[in-house]
Amino acid sequence: MNLGQLAHLLNFEILTGDINLEKVIKGGYVSDLLSDVIANAEEDSVWITVQRHINILGVAKLKDIVGIIIPRNLHVENEIIEKAKTEGIAILRDSRSSFEIAGLVYNSLTRD
Amino acid sequence: MHERKDVVSSPCQPAANKPQLTLRFKIDEKDFLIAGESASKTKKALQQLGLKQEIVKNIAIIVYEAAMNIVIHSNHGEIKIIIAPNQVVVLSEDVGEGIPDIELAMKEGYSTAPNEVREMGFGAGMGLPNIKQCSNELDIKTTVGLGTTLRATIYLNPADTKQVETGTMYV
Repeated sequence: MNLGQLAHLLNFEILTGDINLEKVIKGGYVSDLLSDVIANAEEDSVWITVQRHINILGVAKLKDIVGIIIPRNLHVENEIIEKAKTEGIAILRDSRSSFEIAGLVYNSLTRD
Repeated sequence: MHERKDVVSSPCQPAANKPQLTLRFKIDEKDFLIAGESASKTKKALQQLGLKQEIVKNIAIIVYEAAMNIVIHSNHGEIKIIIAPNQVVVLSEDVGEGIPDIELAMKEGYSTAPNEVREMGFGAGMGLPNIKQCSNELDIKTTVGLGTTLRATIYLNPADTKQVETGTMYV
């Protein structure tokens, strides 16, 4: 399943336009600790986090993360969205909690 | 904006005819962005050199964590990535507070990072343990009140680095 299909299926809001929508998602990771993500996230995955500062883009890029999913409709600064576009990282958003989003993404990917 | 000259690498003295290449990053206090980029740029450069994916990943993690340590815990510092046919050395040198108890600092979950940094998701106490896990050898020399030198070595199979040439590399 690619990122666009996942976003469509689960009704995620896409903040970064067409970025990475064609990329195939192989897994996901949930953490707000950057070192944890650096050590343990797999490439080609989506990352669910409440962190919204610019450094999440550095982490995502380093780990070849396809998209970052922001829970609870938390606000994301325009500066971050623009930088994400130039770095080639998608940012998506949803009204549900990290827990619910993780469950939905997991189910979608394992049924795929 | 920051001057980008800090990411220009330089040739260094080849030891005993061994091709060797150095990437160099200068990192200032509280400059999280440059610190994060240093790891991405290292990764890109190592991929271009044709190093194995697993090795590239580990070195990128070491550089990222070392850079974050400089940003969070020191006044300023420099990271060098020295690439030779048989090994890659990540050398991180900073001027700063030093580490009062290295054994404690090596423990996962132990951190002296300030609260505002932790709220950003840094300072989880995983930096040095991550570096250790990704290195074959790790040597830390520190003087409280002066600073810290960290040297992480990753061994390579010489066949993995046949493309390494001595010289300057722009990343």
